[in-house]
Amino acid sequence: MAKDDVKLIGAWPSPFVNRAQIALNIKSVKYEFLEEKFGSKSELLLKSNPVHKKIPVMIHNDQPICESLVIVEYIDEVWSSGPSILPSDPYDRATGRFWAAYIDDKLFPAIRGIGTADGEEAKKAAIEPVIEGLAYLEEEFIKSSKGKNFFGGDKIGYLDIAFGSFLGWIRVTEKMNSVKLIDESKTPNLFKWAEKFCADNSVKDVIPDTDKLSEFAKVLMAKLRNPQN
Amino acid sequence: MAEEVKLFRTWSSRYSLRIVWALKLKGIEYETIFEDLTNKSPSLLQYNPIHGKVPVLVHDGKPVCESLVILEYVDDTWKHNPLLPQDPYEKSMARFWANFGDDKLMKSIWQLFIAHEKDQDVAAVAALENLKIVEEQLKGKKFFHGETIGYLDLAFGWIANLVSIIEEIMSLKLVDGERFPHLSSWIQNFMDAPVIRDCWPPRDKMIIKYQVGREKHLAAATPK
Repeated sequence: MAKDDVKLIGAWPSPFVNRAQIALNIKSVKYEFLEEKFGSKSELLLKSNPVHKKIPVMIHNDQPICESLVIVEYIDEVWSSGPSILPSDPYDRATGRFWAAYIDDKLFPAIRGIGTADGEEAKKAAIEPVIEGLAYLEEEFIKSSKGKNFFGGDKIGYLDIAFGSFLGWIRVTEKMNSVKLIDESKTPNLFKWAEKFCADNSVKDVIPDTDKLSEFAKVLMAKLRNPQN
Repeated sequence: MAEEVKLFRTWSSRYSLRIVWALKLKGIEYETIFEDLTNKSPSLLQYNPIHGKVPVLVHDGKPVCESLVILEYVDDTWKHNPLLPQDPYEKSMARFWANFGDDKLMKSIWQLFIAHEKDQDVAAVAALENLKIVEEQLKGKKFFHGETIGYLDLAFGWIANLVSIIEEIMSLKLVDGERFPHLSSWIQNFMDAPVIRDCWPPRDKMIIKYQVGREKHLAAATPK
């Protein structure tokens, strides 16, 4: 059987790329990281993901897999002998997938909305749905962790990855907008979970350091305000 | 203890239809609860407090929400007549295409549907481009996964019904047999499939509903 050849097209600041990295690390899969240059798209990316032209793209033995959560599930299914990422119970899997979709469709856009809100009133309004969403996730954490460290229980699972991948950006948003989102008093479980998640061996070299990400965020905002060719 | 399966849906919801088809394909007996989304039942709000939407599948008292999540749950729980391919790569492609269908294709068709006349050409280009991508996926296949109906057919099933309704209301042809031979065949095969054909909502009711919806959108976004 051919040796596994795994490439990941991505960029260090992308939480979606981070998801794939964390999953590969959990399974101890060696891979080649192909860093995309900020502001341009490589030919390999355009060829591997012609529909969306977005990162991450995982290329496994020359077959491209796109969409971060699709990639995470693929990794779990292919390297089935490693620690499992998705829970085994169908209902728990459905719950994880539901919350991952919520995070992508509602929570992450809301977090981004804080960064782009103009003025104090707009910022206040933008923060509300994020606080609400985090309160839901605090509740979900209590249910699914069953007293253990992670959404997945004893070890990091699918929802930990789906949500945890945004912790870098959550911290940047908190810092740049002087607001507490994951608050020790309001969301104590998420607060503790965030520290444990970021310290985990599969995660600690993946989620970017807050200062480095803040610098990148400033560059990104500047580019968005003054797009150049 | 006998299994209790309930499905909260509306008469017209294309997302709910996915689950109706899936349960029928698996031969699962269930109770239907029809919702009026302008007057949501306490049960719906209890089972789907986050979104308050349909479909919701309730299996032995436990709710599952979001149609694509429900499809996977149905497939994970009742393993006969599998909907998703077994191979991990094929499965990942199925999930990718289902997301494309909902995120890009459906949105672009909807944008065309509610576009003012001056914006229709641009909207049509995007919709047709996305339809072409689906056309490519159907080359050499009767259904998305081959000879039998599966997950992607259910995910894209809304095309078979909604596109012709939109075409009628807008008096245009979006999926014509010449430009979209494979998609056109698939639409015919899917519409007529025994498991599928008795589930379509009444066409005349759908035309009225979508016509009214379109008029509301056009009125609300009237250009100055």
